[in-house]
Amino acid sequence: MVCRGVQKAFGSGPSRLEVLRGVDLEAHYGEMTFLLGPSGSGKTTLLSIIAGLLKHDEGSVRVLGKNLSKLHNGEASLFRLQNIGFVFQQFNLIPALTAAENAAVPLLSAGWRRKDAIDQARRLLSELGMAHRADVLPNKLSGGEQQRVAFARALIQSPRLVICDEPTSALDGPTGRHVMELLRKIALNPDRAVLVVTHDFRILEFADRIAEINDGVIQKVTAAKGVS
Amino acid sequence: MRFIAWQMLTGDRPKYFGLILAIAFSTFLMSHQMSIFVGLLDRTRSQIRDVQDASVWVMDPKTQYVDEVRALSFQDLYYVRGVEGVRWAVPLLKSVARAKASDGTFRNSILLGVDDASLTGLPQKFLAGDWRALRLPKTVAVDRVGYEYFIGKPPYQTGQELELGTQVVRIGAVVDASPPFVNLPVFYARFSEALDMTGREPRQLSFILAKAQPGVSEEELCRRIQAATGLKALTSSAFGWDTIWYYIRNTGIPINFGITILIALMVGALVSGQTFSLFILENMKYFGALKAIGVTSRRIVGMILMQAVIVLAIGYSLGISLTALFFELTKDNLELRGFRLLPEVMLLTGGLVFVVVLMAAIVSVRRVVVVDPALVFRG
Repeated sequence: MVCRGVQKAFGSGPSRLEVLRGVDLEAHYGEMTFLLGPSGSGKTTLLSIIAGLLKHDEGSVRVLGKNLSKLHNGEASLFRLQNIGFVFQQFNLIPALTAAENAAVPLLSAGWRRKDAIDQARRLLSELGMAHRADVLPNKLSGGEQQRVAFARALIQSPRLVICDEPTSALDGPTGRHVMELLRKIALNPDRAVLVVTHDFRILEFADRIAEINDGVIQKVTAAKGVS
Repeated sequence: MRFIAWQMLTGDRPKYFGLILAIAFSTFLMSHQMSIFVGLLDRTRSQIRDVQDASVWVMDPKTQYVDEVRALSFQDLYYVRGVEGVRWAVPLLKSVARAKASDGTFRNSILLGVDDASLTGLPQKFLAGDWRALRLPKTVAVDRVGYEYFIGKPPYQTGQELELGTQVVRIGAVVDASPPFVNLPVFYARFSEALDMTGREPRQLSFILAKAQPGVSEEELCRRIQAATGLKALTSSAFGWDTIWYYIRNTGIPINFGITILIALMVGALVSGQTFSLFILENMKYFGALKAIGVTSRRIVGMILMQAVIVLAIGYSLGISLTALFFELTKDNLELRGFRLLPEVMLLTGGLVFVVVLMAAIVSVRRVVVVDPALVFRG
């Protein structure tokens, strides 16, 4: 994922607000890239642009070689479905679906038969240590368990880019660490890039690369030891 | 995705049932009020509808509706009989007479005098006695309202006496007449006897009932009678509609009922539309998440429409069943008989509820299609 000079503003005239003012950012295969910044720094806007949910004004964004802003809505949706996995801050698990059904949502969207999709979701949940909770509704799951279901949903299509939005903000310290260890273990592989948006300093040790954003500009990019 | 849409809809039971109940309530409110309105208007022509033998009504040219008539003469009757294409023509007297029971109970009643020979105009369903009783002197038939007011509850029996106008008469039959607009008792007597009971000038009649010869249409016969006699001639159907329109134009009842129906519509629309919108709003972040994951807007729209159709179908069926049940349970109630759920009302109510829920769905769909990314990523 490569962003070059990305700009985005909302409103016009005196109320015009420049949220992104020339962002340069890369996320590489086999790495966990953290986007770190305070509230209002432009993280969500940048995330929405990378996901193809929002169009940028200037600059270029290429995800897996594709410029999402040039795709029609349907093509962009299909691209996201096949190539990008999302983990949301509030998990956004559908309350009426069991853990397995929630994890199977991308496969069901892709046209899989329900039984096959749910069987696949069960296998993935089993890898995440959630086999015994596969038939439980989200409101009966702990925060950590819900996060693992969200990981399963993000990974079930084997996406090449995983975007995690504040994955630990709803979790206590130990659970957050455990979840990040799990994410690193199952999500990271040489064919996949992971982009984590966070302002949780407790989990920075899991990053391969940290990009700090403030006032709509990437202020600094730091590589972890051993990462070129 | 149909599975996900179904689970999202039914998974939250309180919301799901709330949505269905809101639509059912709206459907019930609208269909019930419309049925009462239609039934009330239909009652205005009940005495026209009860005359099943004749198909043409002849009256004074200025007559506007069935309840206000100017007397015709027997000369008019003979003129009508002489019109080419008339198979037969008979007199009908419509009057008001005070009826009084032996215990002193009295009430103004509608008195219909039917042709002495043919008894044309007499209802054809008898609950006690039969048409032959009217051949006897000073004998009348009474409808259910009159019987239950003056005599008592069923079982219906004959032979009781009461005063009707200036005469003491005997009840010879109980008929199942359609309820009139004003729920007054209705008595039927032979024409000649009815004249005696009302104390009216002899040889006066209210309407002439006629039948066309085979090969002559009712409309053609009406034209011929009007041309030949100068009297007004209408088919039963046209006279019925004239009567309905008279009540619509000249009484406040339809307008007030119309306002009630409008309020019912607005309340129904608000309740069902708002409930469905709230349902979608509360699920917005999940639809947003689905959109971010890669579900196309088209499929999300399909999911929402499917949810709308499901709650619409169940809610409408429940509501319309409640209305049907209401009229089924009250069909024997004298005050409410004649009110029923018509297919036209079912269709109109269904159309209105469909439009309301569809509009709510479209508004909701717009919100989902242009969903704010912040809603997805920040919840």
